[in-house]
Amino acid sequence: MNFAFSIQDVLGVLPEIIIALGACAMLILDLFLERDKKEWVAYLGIFVVILAAIASWCLINTAEPYVMGRMMVIDNYSLFFKFTFYLATILTLLLSINYAKSADLDYRGEFYTLMIFSLCGMLVMASGSNLITIYLGIELMALPIYVLVGFLKNDTRSNEGAMKYVILGGFASGLLLYGMSLIYGLTGTTDLAGINAALSAGTVSPVILTLSIVLMAAGFCFKLAGFPFHMWAPDAYQAAPTPVTAFMAVASKGAAFAAIVRVFLEALYPAYAEWQMILAVIAVLSMFYGNTVAIMQTNIKRMLAYSSIGHAGYALLGLVAGTGEGSAAIMFYILVYTLMNLGAFAVIIMMRKTGKVAGDSIYDYKGLAKNNKVVALVMLIFLFSLAGIPPMAGFMGKLYIFMALINQGYIILAVLGILTTAIAAFFYIRIVLFMYMKEPEGEFDLVKSCALYIVIAISVIGVILLGVVPGSLMELASKAALLL
Amino acid sequence: MLIEYILFIIFAVIAIMSSLCVVTLRNPVHCAGYLIVTLLQVAALFLLCRSPFLAVVQVFIYVGAVLVLFLFVVLLIDVKKASMEIFKPKHRPLAYGVLAILLIETLVVIFVGGLEKIRLAAPGAEVKVETIGRELFTSYIFPFEIVSVVLLVAMVGAIVMAIDRRG
Amino acid sequence: MWPDIDTILLVIVMLVKVGVVTIILLNLPIPLTWLERKVAGHIQQRPGPMRVGPHGILQPVADGIKLIFKEDIVPAKADKLLFMFAPVVSLVPALCVFVAIPVAESVTIPYINKELTFYVADFNVGILFILARGGMGIYGIILGGWASNSKYAMLGGLRSAAQMISYEVALSFSAIGVVMMSNSLSLVEIVESQAGNLFDWNIFYLPVGPIWFVIFLIAGMAEINRIPFDLSEDEGSLAAGFFVEYSAMKFSLFALAEYTAMVTIATLGTLMFLGGWNGPVDIGIPPIFWFIGKTFVLIYFFMVIRFTLPRYRYDQLMTIGWNVLIPISLVLVLVTGLMRIYL
Repeated sequence: MNFAFSIQDVLGVLPEIIIALGACAMLILDLFLERDKKEWVAYLGIFVVILAAIASWCLINTAEPYVMGRMMVIDNYSLFFKFTFYLATILTLLLSINYAKSADLDYRGEFYTLMIFSLCGMLVMASGSNLITIYLGIELMALPIYVLVGFLKNDTRSNEGAMKYVILGGFASGLLLYGMSLIYGLTGTTDLAGINAALSAGTVSPVILTLSIVLMAAGFCFKLAGFPFHMWAPDAYQAAPTPVTAFMAVASKGAAFAAIVRVFLEALYPAYAEWQMILAVIAVLSMFYGNTVAIMQTNIKRMLAYSSIGHAGYALLGLVAGTGEGSAAIMFYILVYTLMNLGAFAVIIMMRKTGKVAGDSIYDYKGLAKNNKVVALVMLIFLFSLAGIPPMAGFMGKLYIFMALINQGYIILAVLGILTTAIAAFFYIRIVLFMYMKEPEGEFDLVKSCALYIVIAISVIGVILLGVVPGSLMELASKAALLL
Repeated sequence: MLIEYILFIIFAVIAIMSSLCVVTLRNPVHCAGYLIVTLLQVAALFLLCRSPFLAVVQVFIYVGAVLVLFLFVVLLIDVKKASMEIFKPKHRPLAYGVLAILLIETLVVIFVGGLEKIRLAAPGAEVKVETIGRELFTSYIFPFEIVSVVLLVAMVGAIVMAIDRRG
Repeated sequence: MWPDIDTILLVIVMLVKVGVVTIILLNLPIPLTWLERKVAGHIQQRPGPMRVGPHGILQPVADGIKLIFKEDIVPAKADKLLFMFAPVVSLVPALCVFVAIPVAESVTIPYINKELTFYVADFNVGILFILARGGMGIYGIILGGWASNSKYAMLGGLRSAAQMISYEVALSFSAIGVVMMSNSLSLVEIVESQAGNLFDWNIFYLPVGPIWFVIFLIAGMAEINRIPFDLSEDEGSLAAGFFVEYSAMKFSLFALAEYTAMVTIATLGTLMFLGGWNGPVDIGIPPIFWFIGKTFVLIYFFMVIRFTLPRYRYDQLMTIGWNVLIPISLVLVLVTGLMRIYL
């Protein structure tokens, strides 16, 4: 491989460079700040993310997408995901500022910084066009999150969640690497396009190819919490500080989707017949498992964890479709999921009374509407959107996925998806019932914070707007989707 | 080539036996000891693949550093207690079941998988350190930099997890 | 299918070399312990061993006989297998290192016109091999400390583990410095790059050479657990550290490993910084004597240091490693690199 390094390469990965350097700057800034002024680290983080977003904006429709010796690809597909991650990170940072203060976290500066580092990993995952880069992106994304999950060091549950996440995460990385090494052995390259070419030539052994696909699917499905690789998710989601839960649920899942779609569609597409069945099974099981078990949960974070397993199932269906339409649907779905989930978590954080943890149990929401109509209304919007009830954006996301499936003739999968949506509606609407139909049991002491209002406002506007007029964004996604 | 073949068999068999010991022995310190043996055998296999640099790095990093830290931690736990930890009887069928499935899978891959189709680098020229360095800093410069960020994150994370500080 | 005569000869020569190196190494402690005790004696203004042989020169032999005939005690609650195994684990890597150490440039034997090299193998990653292999000696200490099932031994092992990990970083950095200065990882080539006069030696690669050398010496001394860094066998706070439970030949194997490690560091210093077998001036002495002489000077230096400096506290030890040596090394890598590019 001949590789002449040029300024084009640096410009191509400028967003990643900005994020990495910005995170270092945050670490340094943290040293000079008083304990009660740590939020400036978060503000710097938001500034860095905006800078990176501008850099990414300049890269839209670049003529030469492959940079760094084909290690990275700067196509519109990756940029679409990157903007989703930027949005998720900014919103999460806004959520964190108030949370970190009221929870009196130690290492607050590092708390924000680790999120930015994780964002860097997500960007690499979205852009990686080589198995090596993608794997390293996954590690860079996951490592800070392991730490963030265990951030409440004195809380044994947080320790347990982090422990489970780390061990299973390491195990999944091992599976993923094993799969990748087999692919490398079969094709002699780690470059996605090269793998595709070698697989198309059709000289590889089908048994080992299937094995490596299974291993890679398992590794990726761990990252996006699909059944049966979801075991860590409920514990980690419940145990982590709430902003981290939100971050994990939306951004890391989104990044895993960005990577799995690229790997399976760009590199492994010649083996579509082998993997579509595997992924379809995982997707259906995730939808059923996530949505049925969520019904029994009384802790809202745990409930959202199970619901996120279900959502991973829906999004995976888009990949099963195996078309550009399907990948566009995934992109749209992830963006919508990011908005509605972050909004819901913002409300959860808002319910959190100063000093002690509350708002975690679903019973805490009893009679919220009597006390605060606006908050109850936005929560209702988010929950309806998560349930997939029109005219919220969640409905449109599911609709596009199912349409992509039906166009490919997977009617049964679409029907199963719709069935599970009906199951899922039950536990979302139960909370709505609690909010509107029950009498309040105590005084509500909602957190009043400008940052939280901003997050909720952005999410609500996004969820409604994308639900009512999804066309233009979907068109964008279709154009950016991986073309086969 | 015959000698290399014999050497390969020796290293591979020792590697497999000692890695079996790693997972079956009860005493964590003994397990760590066998893990060292396994890693050394793997380093020897790298040598047979004509990559002395990789072999030495394997010994340097894994045997020389990672496992020392590993032992360091193992020494601090109560070995007698740790060696008592076993699968509960009711979980055993599940564990054996998973093991059996994995075994069958492995056998299938070995005997009908067509492993001979895996492309091996032709044995011959030794991989020079210069070549590795040049590749690392040209073609693989970006992954290389990402690794450095990963290490930085690991360091920050370790400090956050390990040190109690108000601030 | 029999290999040809050259191959057989090669194997025989190699076996002979291995045998010679092993015999030399196993016997080196005999003069070295005598020397060490003499140095200790003279520094403390006493004659040192005087009774056995002229100037006590046979003292180590007497010690050896004593150690062989002592009772070999294995503590009742020790992990028997590891307890037996640990001294071996600490000795073998120390010996293995010498496979890659060249002691003189190759000569052509007259009449049969064959080249004879003064090393067992010239790895193209020789310097890394030595560091990697040498680093393994630590397992003898850790496992020995643990297997003894004794508090002091265990603490000694733990201390030693942390210490060696810390200083291996600085030691490797100094090796990186040498590699940058000499442009090779092979020890033979490193020595060849220092051929010429005194100022071609790496230690005189001004201004960074001397600093690298000092870092190497400090890290090397810590790596081989010598005073002032022998915290793992601190008799003041740990009785005798990791080998407190060891006696007889097992104990002497540890001692042997320690001496071998010291010789390793001295030869490494000679090869990496002091020009190896190259003399400062050409006065017709065979190169191997230059090599032995320089190594001896370094060994003597280590001994003098041992009886001159007090032992560091453990936190000081860690501070020196992480807060002083490693930052300096990092800066030096940068400076050396810039010098290599622009000078």
